[in-house]
Amino acid sequence: MKYVDEFRDAQLAKKLAEKIKVAAAADRTYRLMEFCGGHTHAIFRYGIPNLLPDNVELIHGPGCPVCVLPIARLDMAMMLAKNPGVILCTFGDMLRVPGSGRTSLLNIRAQGHDVRMLYSPMDAIKLAQENPDKKIVFFAIGFETTTPPTAVLLQQAKTLQLDNLSVFCNHVLTPSAMHAILASDDVNIDGFLGPAHVSTLIGSQPYEIFPQQYNRPVVIAGFEPLDVLQAILMLIHQLNEHRAEVENEFTRAVTPHGNEKAMALCDQVFKTRDSFEWRGLGSVPHSALAIRPEYAQWDAEVQFADWLQEQLQKQQKPPADNKACECPSVLRGVKKPHQCKLFGNPCTPDNPLGSCMVSSEGACAAYYQYGQRRIAVASGE
Amino acid sequence: MCLAIPVRIESIENDDTAMADIGGLRKAINISLVTDIKPGDYVILHVGFALKKLDEDEAQKTLAMISDIDLQNAVAAETAGV
Ligand code: SF4
Repeated sequence: MKYVDEFRDAQLAKKLAEKIKVAAAADRTYRLMEFCGGHTHAIFRYGIPNLLPDNVELIHGPGCPVCVLPIARLDMAMMLAKNPGVILCTFGDMLRVPGSGRTSLLNIRAQGHDVRMLYSPMDAIKLAQENPDKKIVFFAIGFETTTPPTAVLLQQAKTLQLDNLSVFCNHVLTPSAMHAILASDDVNIDGFLGPAHVSTLIGSQPYEIFPQQYNRPVVIAGFEPLDVLQAILMLIHQLNEHRAEVENEFTRAVTPHGNEKAMALCDQVFKTRDSFEWRGLGSVPHSALAIRPEYAQWDAEVQFADWLQEQLQKQQKPPADNKACECPSVLRGVKKPHQCKLFGNPCTPDNPLGSCMVSSEGACAAYYQYGQRRIAVASGE
Repeated sequence: MCLAIPVRIESIENDDTAMADIGGLRKAINISLVTDIKPGDYVILHVGFALKKLDEDEAQKTLAMISDIDLQNAVAAETAGV
């Protein structure tokens, strides 16, 4: 068992596609949202939409952390990067996202500020130890998958009493965003493909509220093509039978309570923010994490509070998204990427004008990379 | 950026570190978030951290479920003497 090839078998995929065709009732539609950007990417990479009948539609959700970070927070990261003596470090995708005035962290770096890419949050420890005269700020983003590694980083910083390292925390929570989507009136979804890796951490239990409160089924799905197809089939069966339950297709990694060790550590280090701004969803209550006061010494928002205040006052205009960019609608599944006037020209992965074109998990980047525009146009969408 | 992949644990170095086979390369990964890891196990790796051990029995069950109808058909065909 290699956990990869077995779940990419083309023959089985064809059979599953057949089963889906048989199961999908011709007199209704099935609008299924894959919450997670990892699924969006896999769905396009393996051409899954082409395997589905017309009345089974996949709607791409907001589960791409790069895509949902609001411009104001990205601007704050750039302000931190401009602080003399700061080395700002973050994951590669974040460097290319356009902020206010289309400035990205890459532009800030070109202006001579020290901005670096890292692969693991733990690289920030090394950076802090190697640069004792600098202030290392880790610009942390991500859903529940990336949060525990940041918690380990903060715990290590405390153990080692590193006084030149801090974290700018932008970790966000999946279930809160699902609530926001189900509560908004322009989004019409019959069921959710639940995230794979997020669920390995939080478990399947936190999704129980969605069938109960909104009468919508959730099927947690792995990232391989057979996983996605099987989960779609399970959702169709539930909808046909008027059931709304949490089912788990990804049992090889997801248990009801997830990774309790990792979640307990997160709980020691982080607390829930009252609300947080999301691109596309607006302000969502209890949807993000802040660093606990016990770790304030390593919290960039505390350590650089005066500097950020000063910079915010200097800002001439309030942070604003590119008006023609449809990312907010794309992130709620209300519009498809090719319905944006800028899609493909001039907005491309090499020249992203919005956040959804940056990361490979962004719906615009996935559409662009795998040629869905042509398919969608050809099918008259 | 949420990319996470299954990797095989080759050896345990200490409580926090293991060596893993990542696409044919041996690399150190952080295992402080998981428990009971031993060489030969597969884990989901994300930003340098093992997030969760993969369960082989469950993986087999899922594969059996995916090919379920075909198994039943095969059994049915056999009992019918086809
Ligand atoms: S194509 Fe570009 S500009 Fe249009 S919604 Fe997507 S990211 Fe925004």
